[in-house]
Amino acid sequence: MSKELIRLENISKSFDGELILDDLNLTIHENEFVTLLGPSGCGKTTTLRIIGGFETPDKGRVIFDGQDITALAPNKRQLNTVFQKYALFTHMDIAENIAFGLKIKNKPQEYIEDKIHYALKLVNLEGYEHRMPESLSGGQQQRVAIARAIVNEPKVLLLDEPLGALDLKLRQDMQYELIRLKNELGITFIYVTHDQEEALTMSDHIVVMNQGYIQQEGSPEDIYNEPENAFVADFIGDSNIIHATMVRDELVNILDTDFICVDKDFGENKPVDVVIRPEDVELVPRGQGTLPGTVSHVIFKGVHYEMEVQAGGFEWLVHSTRMFDAGTEVDIKVDPFNIQVMNRPESEDEEAMVIDV
Amino acid sequence: MFNSRKTSRLLASPYIAWAMIFIIVPLGMILFYGLTDESGAFTFANIAAIAEPVHLRSLILALILSVISTVICFFLAYPLGMILARNKLSSQGIITTLFILPMWMNFLLRTLAWMTLLENKGVINGVLDFIGLPEINVINTPGAIVLGMVYNFLPFMILPIYNSLSSIDDNVINAARDLGADAVQTFFKVTLPLTVPGIISGITMVFIPALTTFAISTMLGGSKILLIGNIIEQEFTLSYDWNLGAGLSIVLMVFIVINMVVSALSDKKGEDR
Repeated sequence: MSKELIRLENISKSFDGELILDDLNLTIHENEFVTLLGPSGCGKTTTLRIIGGFETPDKGRVIFDGQDITALAPNKRQLNTVFQKYALFTHMDIAENIAFGLKIKNKPQEYIEDKIHYALKLVNLEGYEHRMPESLSGGQQQRVAIARAIVNEPKVLLLDEPLGALDLKLRQDMQYELIRLKNELGITFIYVTHDQEEALTMSDHIVVMNQGYIQQEGSPEDIYNEPENAFVADFIGDSNIIHATMVRDELVNILDTDFICVDKDFGENKPVDVVIRPEDVELVPRGQGTLPGTVSHVIFKGVHYEMEVQAGGFEWLVHSTRMFDAGTEVDIKVDPFNIQVMNRPESEDEEAMVIDV
Repeated sequence: MFNSRKTSRLLASPYIAWAMIFIIVPLGMILFYGLTDESGAFTFANIAAIAEPVHLRSLILALILSVISTVICFFLAYPLGMILARNKLSSQGIITTLFILPMWMNFLLRTLAWMTLLENKGVINGVLDFIGLPEINVINTPGAIVLGMVYNFLPFMILPIYNSLSSIDDNVINAARDLGADAVQTFFKVTLPLTVPGIISGITMVFIPALTTFAISTMLGGSKILLIGNIIEQEFTLSYDWNLGAGLSIVLMVFIVINMVVSALSDKKGEDR
């Protein structure tokens, strides 16, 4: 793994007596695309603003490249931010916007002009030098905001839900654009979003947050395939989350039916949660599977059919390319590898926030 | 229901009638009187009369005092506007009330109150006497007129400046800091330029009434200090020389029009950007 760049140590922050971040620890490495993912109010934007220097943590330290920058003003930090809703300077044209940081640093005119040209080329906005920000579309303004940040050659680019205000198609284009930019620039991106699809598409490393705590960190594959708790499982993609009992190693009792699984070391007869992704639930004709049920709804979704199946007193969500009509009696079958067993949250608080989402 | 052109014209008619009777007609009359002599013959003499030393002096004095007042208003209003815009929730109500409250009282009453305060045997000198400090002589000086102008017109500077300051997105300021600007650079390169439209409408709203006032200078300046407003007032009410009064009014209007054209131009520039 590459070199450590930013370390947040025991960060706590509250606003008006409300705890937003509680003892947060996070390490970010060089040249990573890190996404802070979570619902609104989970503390992801506050975390970003603490890294950017726009908020000071109540407790804890921010270490950047080995130096404590907790108390350093934003203008002294070697990082730049792309803000929500662009935050362009509306009294300056595009070239002046991009040159802002360089002029502050008293760079020579020739250097600045080269940089403007380079940055506009990078974000595909050549020829827009003398347009005013308000005459540009949302997507174009966002590109200018990115150009304005990267000309300063930051070590880290912070992006606060930069695609939130764009429509779906443009958002998807910009996702690929951002990945390309990150690879061309070779710097660290820290990206904040509540959109799990965006996070899965772009990130090298995802940090799932809820209520001021980090719920899980890992690669997109880890987060999707091996969620550590019901919150993560539910927040990332569709899933069937079912209360179950771990009978013994590699055997779990789901809805009074025993399923073979691959998980171990939970103890015997221990209450757990299991996550089964809808695409991992197999429907087979009655008598050929493990758990009998009845199809109650069918919706055609394009790439697959989405079906709801009543089985064992639970409504299963199933994605399959093979369609069963509503009312068909079927059996449910799940491959042992596709059953993800998780510890059940112990406190009622945690339980509540899991149900809440 | 009210979408047809006819209906909207009908709805606008009371105001159009009002504007015709009380704005257009008087303006026409001023132009007529200003450009004629007593016998009704056309002349430029009433306008040329501004070159007479008495008139010229009062015009220059009025310009100087209203520029000073406008500048003072600006330097008082801008910091206050920043404080108000920053504390969007907390202390705003109290401060706004403190500044708006006097406006509920009649303008002449407020100025009269200052007269009582500033008189040589007035409240302020009474207090100074009581604590053993020397008395001050403010009433009937240009300083008193400036004080009156600032006091009366300050809210008209605060409001547009506050409006333009509070419409700046916090993240625009954050972006400037993020790009390396310190607090001072951020203010001069971002905050101030973004509030230029507010500053210009504030200047217009203070400068024009200050330039044309005669009530403040009458009450706080005594009879010795004459502003152009006082001269015009006297021509109409004392000398009954309506032609000369109207002629001087036309000269004054030129300054007002210049000011409004400048502010309209800068507004338009602001929109283009």
